[in-house]
Amino acid sequence: MTDIIATLAPQLEHLEKEPYYHPIGDEVALFEAAYARRLPVLLKGPTGCGKTRFVEYMAWRLKRPLATVACHDDLTTADLIGRYLIVGDETVWVDGPLTAAVRAGAICYLDEIVEARKDTTVVIHPLADSRRLLAVDKRGELLSAPDDFMLVISYNPGYQSVLKEIKPSTRQRFVALDFDYPEPAVEAAIVAREGGVDADTARRLVKLAELTRNLKGAGLDEGASTRLLVHAGQLIGAGVAPATACTAAVARALSDDPDMTGSLDDLVHAVF
Amino acid sequence: MAPGREERPGGGGTRRLSAASLEERLDEVLFAAQSRRTTTDLARNLADLPRVQQDMVLHWTEVATQTYAEVAWLLPKLAPRAVGLLDAEHFGTWVLSALDAYDRVGAREAMQTLRAVEAYAASLERVAVAVDFGQEEMRLSRLLQGLSGRPLGLRAGVSAWTDTETLYLPARMDLLPTADENRRLYKATTALLWAQTRHGTFGSADLDLESALSRFPDRERALEWLAVLEAVRLEAVIADELPGLAAEIQALRGPWPDALMPLVPRLHRPDATLADSLALLEHCADTEAPALPHCGRLDPAAALAVRSERIARDIQVLRKALAVMKAAGCMKPGGDEEPLVTAQGAGDAPAQVKIEGDLQALPPEGRAAARSLVQDLGEIPPECLVPAGPGLYDPEARPRQAEEKDEPVPPPACDYRYDEWDYHRHAYRKLWCHLYEHEVREGDSNYVPEVKQRYAGLIAQIRRRFEALRGETRMLGRQPDGEEIDVDAQVEARSDRKSGVEPSSRLFCRRVRHDRSLAAMFMVDMSGSTRGWINDAEREALVMLCEALESLGDAYAIYGFSGWTRTRCDIYRIKDFGQAYDERVKQRIAAIEAKDYTRMGVAVRHLTAILLQQPARHRLLITLSDGRPDDFGDEYRGQYGIEDTRRALQEAHAQGVRGYCVTLDRHGADYLRHMYGPAGYTVLDDVKKLPLKVADIYRRLAT
Ligand SMILES: Nc1ncnc2c1ncn2[C@@H]1O[C@H](COP(=O)(O)OP(=O)(O)O)[C@@H](O)[C@H]1O
Ligand SMILES: [Mg+2]
Repeated sequence: MTDIIATLAPQLEHLEKEPYYHPIGDEVALFEAAYARRLPVLLKGPTGCGKTRFVEYMAWRLKRPLATVACHDDLTTADLIGRYLIVGDETVWVDGPLTAAVRAGAICYLDEIVEARKDTTVVIHPLADSRRLLAVDKRGELLSAPDDFMLVISYNPGYQSVLKEIKPSTRQRFVALDFDYPEPAVEAAIVAREGGVDADTARRLVKLAELTRNLKGAGLDEGASTRLLVHAGQLIGAGVAPATACTAAVARALSDDPDMTGSLDDLVHAVF
Repeated sequence: MAPGREERPGGGGTRRLSAASLEERLDEVLFAAQSRRTTTDLARNLADLPRVQQDMVLHWTEVATQTYAEVAWLLPKLAPRAVGLLDAEHFGTWVLSALDAYDRVGAREAMQTLRAVEAYAASLERVAVAVDFGQEEMRLSRLLQGLSGRPLGLRAGVSAWTDTETLYLPARMDLLPTADENRRLYKATTALLWAQTRHGTFGSADLDLESALSRFPDRERALEWLAVLEAVRLEAVIADELPGLAAEIQALRGPWPDALMPLVPRLHRPDATLADSLALLEHCADTEAPALPHCGRLDPAAALAVRSERIARDIQVLRKALAVMKAAGCMKPGGDEEPLVTAQGAGDAPAQVKIEGDLQALPPEGRAAARSLVQDLGEIPPECLVPAGPGLYDPEARPRQAEEKDEPVPPPACDYRYDEWDYHRHAYRKLWCHLYEHEVREGDSNYVPEVKQRYAGLIAQIRRRFEALRGETRMLGRQPDGEEIDVDAQVEARSDRKSGVEPSSRLFCRRVRHDRSLAAMFMVDMSGSTRGWINDAEREALVMLCEALESLGDAYAIYGFSGWTRTRCDIYRIKDFGQAYDERVKQRIAAIEAKDYTRMGVAVRHLTAILLQQPARHRLLITLSDGRPDDFGDEYRGQYGIEDTRRALQEAHAQGVRGYCVTLDRHGADYLRHMYGPAGYTVLDDVKKLPLKVADIYRRLAT
């Protein structure tokens, strides 16, 4: 019985080993200051630029457990807060990741918050202001978050859909940190390490990213992210020819339009 | 030849025509009698040809007479030679090419083209491998955009060269033996011309190309050599950042010609600049320059004229921008002395321009100017970093003047009046714009059906995709009834019952259709610059949109905008929210036409007001346009119009209206980002794509 509940209960991650994170600006200091002042944080930036990795790193640094929730449009309040389950002949309550994080004084990271339904995001409001409260309605519980609990959400401002905008009432509760792709030398260092490629290959991958980012708005919604470069690097490390790896991991990942993929291939071949 | 064995030409016979009947026929075709010339020799010339060829020559001679008699007279004379070289189809295209030359250039060229039948036959062999500029244009322009730097135009011309603002490429490439190689040659040439503008072929702050060239008595030859030497130097520069591209160029050009070999090491030194090319030029300018397929030609006179005009303009823009900033109190005192801009990278090739400190705060126009100056000069001349003095520019002076001049405004007979944002003053000009709302008169009723037929396949596809969207459903839990049991609710009810609480009866899930609650306003640019295919594309795009939106069920309206100064801003109603997509709307779409100017801010304000009357939860204002805001007189042009439009969009945003722009202005990245934000626009590189892409763009915005 307790075993079952243990498997059902959300996993809080306890990071033992330092995650690799290369700071880009003063985000570490800002995050620490927000933590000290018990302020929630919003990470803004394009996909694949290191937001998730940053949160993992900060959780390690602040020695807090971490609960990560990837938001999607079917995510309900119960998925965050918890629900009753029937085990054998008994109903048992299982905390959702948000409740678990509040109880444990952990960092709760809601990734891509705009993907979640609007009525779901409302439950975080009382947690995100000075009250720092979480209402577990079904149990009639009102949890007051301990000092070491921290709420972090992320959001990609590059989304174009009107249905996926963060509401001002949500946004204004958070300290916002801007993320973007790092400058070339730093990004190359990240790609070299994470992708396991030599410095020259990493430099070329970053150059490729720069060329594709110049096409943003002109047929491409987004240029290549650091994540895509890491993927390409990993393929190269596995013995795939660099141009082939980039075509698969970068060019095809960015567009389906045949004209556009042709142009992206040109860019790949300009670099490799 | 006995009579009777012969047939009249054109009679469909197969027997060869005699000289006599050929002569008779030629006289007729060429009106020989009037011109008092004889066709006897011509007829004799053709007598030995097989009948089909005789008919062919007579046919084309007759065609040619309608355009230019001299070509027609020449044709039978050249025909025996031509039929040996050309088949029937190409005989025709040969004649047509001569007639075409007559239309385009004149009589002499027409005769020359016709006489050069051997050259024409030889060129045919290359046709199969030739690549047209049109085929490659989009791909090349994307490549250029990826390579970045200052925006560059791309045009077809006679030869490959650049004036530093536009790259000209041959309209057809057939130098190399296969189509694939010719395609690569386009790419290599584009890359090299780009590198010329990017990496200092036309000089820098301390190297004046024109005076360096004046030392060479034979300028033409010096220029040929310089183009080659720069091709060598720039290939190494390209190789540094874009090794793949450099390798492709290298494979295409083959090994360096012997004459170049000894010069390569110096030009490939990492710090080599134009100065090295010029130094080497001293030693080789008296021999023949080797040929490289991709190196193009240099026209320093044209390039330097464009360049110095641009430098002057950039300096002015930068100084003005600094002055505005200073006036607005954004600059710290004494900030002028600090280096605001540093160019990193060697000499003429600033690999990366780092704009620091105060320049970071410049409006996009000022920043672009700073970047462009570094590209041209390798640095920002220190004198530009002194803000323009009051004599040159006084941010207060202009608006006040304008107001005084415009004081006796005639009483408004307009439908609405709107404020306009003056960024110089940092304040609104009250009720500044006079807006008139017009109904578009109905046009051609066949237009929409024709477009629908032309794009039938695409429309079917769009409809399917949008219907799928409309069909999207989601599960609603805790319903009194429904097709599935809500397990969560059941569990809760059960635990409630156990603890003695009355359980809820809402125990089911029901599928409901997504409530989209979205209203979209389309704001269509009807300014004069859209005349022609942009207007066509806009209208076609609207047909696609209507088809898409009808199947989706979103509320939408279409309005056009144009105008002529602030006292006549026109809005054209094409489809209102309440109106159905009916015959009249279709005819109004057909009647959309290019009018005057683009005062955009007031249009945004008016259409936002209309959009706000819609009860929807999400409101979208989508602009279809071809360029930046602009109006008659220079007041609205430039930064003023951009800032006003930006302001109008911010006002809209504050009221819950999201702005988005679909544009054809390839050079719009800077101001569009400023006006609409990074995720607020799409630039289409090809007007033909507008109808194909617009539904896709809407889908991305609204799902
Ligand atoms: N600053 C950074 N330090 C270390 N790795 C990074 C950094 N930025 C990006 N990465 C790499 O990029 C990948 C994608 O980053 P991620 O954090 O998942 O992006 P996001 O959450 O912003 O979408 C990471 O797995 C990591 O390999
Ligand atoms: Mg992530």
